[in-house]
Amino acid sequence: MLKIENLHAGVEDKSILKGINLEVKPGEVHAIMGPNGSGKSTLSSVIAGKEEYEVSEGNIVFEGEDIEELAAEERAHKGIFLSFQYPVEIPGVSVTNFVKTAINETRKAKGLEDMPAKDMLKLIREKSDLLEIDRKFLSRSLNEGFSGGEKKRNEIFQMAMLEPKLAILDETDSGLDIDALRIVANGVNKLKSKDNAVIVITHYQRLLDYIVPDFVHVLHNGKIVKSGTKELAHELEEKGYDWIKDEVNV
Amino acid sequence: MSKYTEDDLREELKTKEYEYGFYTDIESETFPNGLNEDIVKAISKKKEEPEWMTEWRLEAFRIWKDMEEPEWANVNYEKPDFQGISYYSAPNSKPKYDSIDEVDPELLATFDKLGISLDEQKKLAGVAMDVVVDSVSVATTFKETLAEQGIIFMSISEAIKEHPELVKKYIGTVVPQKDNFYAALNSAVFSDGSFCYIPKGVRCPMELSTYFRINQAGTGQFERTLVIADEGSYVSYLEGCTAPSRDENQLHAAVVELIALDDSEIKYSTVQNWFPGNAEGKGGVFNFVTKRGLCETNAKISWTQVETGSAVTWKYPSCVLKGNNSVGEFYSIAVTNNYQQADTGTKMIHLGKNTKSTIISKGISAGKSQNSYRGLVQINSRAENARNFSQCDSLLMGNECGAHTFPYIEAKNQTAQIEHEATTSKIGEDQIFYCNQRGIDTEKAIALIVNGFSKEVLNKLPMEFAVEAQKLLEISLEGSVG
Repeated sequence: MLKIENLHAGVEDKSILKGINLEVKPGEVHAIMGPNGSGKSTLSSVIAGKEEYEVSEGNIVFEGEDIEELAAEERAHKGIFLSFQYPVEIPGVSVTNFVKTAINETRKAKGLEDMPAKDMLKLIREKSDLLEIDRKFLSRSLNEGFSGGEKKRNEIFQMAMLEPKLAILDETDSGLDIDALRIVANGVNKLKSKDNAVIVITHYQRLLDYIVPDFVHVLHNGKIVKSGTKELAHELEEKGYDWIKDEVNV
Repeated sequence: MSKYTEDDLREELKTKEYEYGFYTDIESETFPNGLNEDIVKAISKKKEEPEWMTEWRLEAFRIWKDMEEPEWANVNYEKPDFQGISYYSAPNSKPKYDSIDEVDPELLATFDKLGISLDEQKKLAGVAMDVVVDSVSVATTFKETLAEQGIIFMSISEAIKEHPELVKKYIGTVVPQKDNFYAALNSAVFSDGSFCYIPKGVRCPMELSTYFRINQAGTGQFERTLVIADEGSYVSYLEGCTAPSRDENQLHAAVVELIALDDSEIKYSTVQNWFPGNAEGKGGVFNFVTKRGLCETNAKISWTQVETGSAVTWKYPSCVLKGNNSVGEFYSIAVTNNYQQADTGTKMIHLGKNTKSTIISKGISAGKSQNSYRGLVQINSRAENARNFSQCDSLLMGNECGAHTFPYIEAKNQTAQIEHEATTSKIGEDQIFYCNQRGIDTEKAIALIVNGFSKEVLNKLPMEFAVEAQKLLEISLEGSVG
């Protein structure tokens, strides 16, 4: 599904990613862990196509297609979804209106008509029930005055509505208490299937108790320095990141 | 006849040219440039006005002569040469173009985006109409429906002749001739405009609307509108047009007076889209408008405006809350792009007891434009328990535009409650990227953000107008980011 080869990227003159290799297959859950400043968020932004990042080397292949030249919205149309670490506020635009626009723009890109209002409402009802979201929440302005937990649930709700092939969860656990974390993680688990894949980007292992990864990769200084199974995450939790740094430096 | 509804009218208007009441004289004729007493007299004579009207115009002219053009607004422009303008022009009955193929394709593309019918497009662009349209019958049917209820809706020229007692009683009572430079000029030379009277206790059954047009290039345009809502009546009045008016460097100095007698309500909605000049800031309409309403006891006046056009806008729809318990509202969206400059806002003058006013102003600036909100909330000494709530929000796009807020508050009564809220925000790259990531392209993302920002005001517009205004906002800001 996603194949990243020797990816080098950065902002202006500062290089942040220094040769990433990663392959994600349908049905898999990958966790990318690493200390602050290791390039985790940069990696998610680069995959999603944020303009300010320059790719200087390597390539990103999604579903057999090189997507580097594609705009962020085109990548989204192909089924890449990023759950933001800090979702932005858009005052005056309701969650429903926003999701509706996102779905219809994606349909338009595929040459489809707008989704009929009836189907849209049905889908909204279905997904909000699945994620146990109060429907009153959906008429509020996007992320405006939302608590940390509400923002992240809103991200997962959008993911549920858009049904992406690849979902990247960027620090979805940050700012969540344990109950909110459980709700969000349950949502993600409900949406998982053999046809889609999830990349979980996190600093801590606690989210991985709920969203269990098939593979864990440790990012350090712009490179994946260690890969393993979920046990690696536990090891990191116990020992911290320093031993990895030491190991790399040796 | 009583079954004739607004929908029927709309249906008729779709297929027929609607040109209600303006310019009864179709002989094309333009007066020589310049302004003096003879010109004023000639205008009045041309329009076959009674002597009192001629005198009133002359009085205005004499006042204007000694006035200076105001300079306090936050706008810069080359002052018009008032002696270089022709002050009277009957509409040119000859079409500008013989076929729609001759019209600027960019203009037609905009019409299409706005969903304007082909016939309407031809009319707006000044193309000869190949369909024979019976505008007289539409106007007549419309008029009959209104007449049944005793509502008068006609051009002000007609009203001066047919209802002199009403015009004489009310004209200049809210905006006196000496009010300001442009109002004085308008009073002296006003070309035409609308007159509307709603009798006691009548609820006007349809939205009264009119398309304003600037007819001939190089001719100043001076509209005069007078709306009178008698005791206990209600009217919703729509002014303007979402279609762009492509006339260059024209001075537009309109005056609108609203009179809301006891227990009445006037809703006045405007969509203004005069030619703003090109992307380099050349050309464009100068729009200097004086709009004011007077509220008697328990009356309510609500101004809603969507301002997207004009090179320079100078406009402050205001309410004089004279009667006890009267209510004034101002809802505004002003968009400036490229080199446009807007200085707009409102004045809420609280004279009566328990008077209430609400101001919601949304300024959107893009390109190299400057957008200013200027508002005055004045609570006079006898206005016990007056209340005002003001909210001024500015949205900036890019790094070269400006947003300015000049709120003035004068409270002379201690019981007054005045609230003012203001925010300034910028459409951020983060917001755009967030939308992009959800599959929404940048153009659409801006439209979404702008609509969200403007929602409180758009919601105040009559439904159909709101949809058009929304499209207009999108078009006005096209290409302004990225």
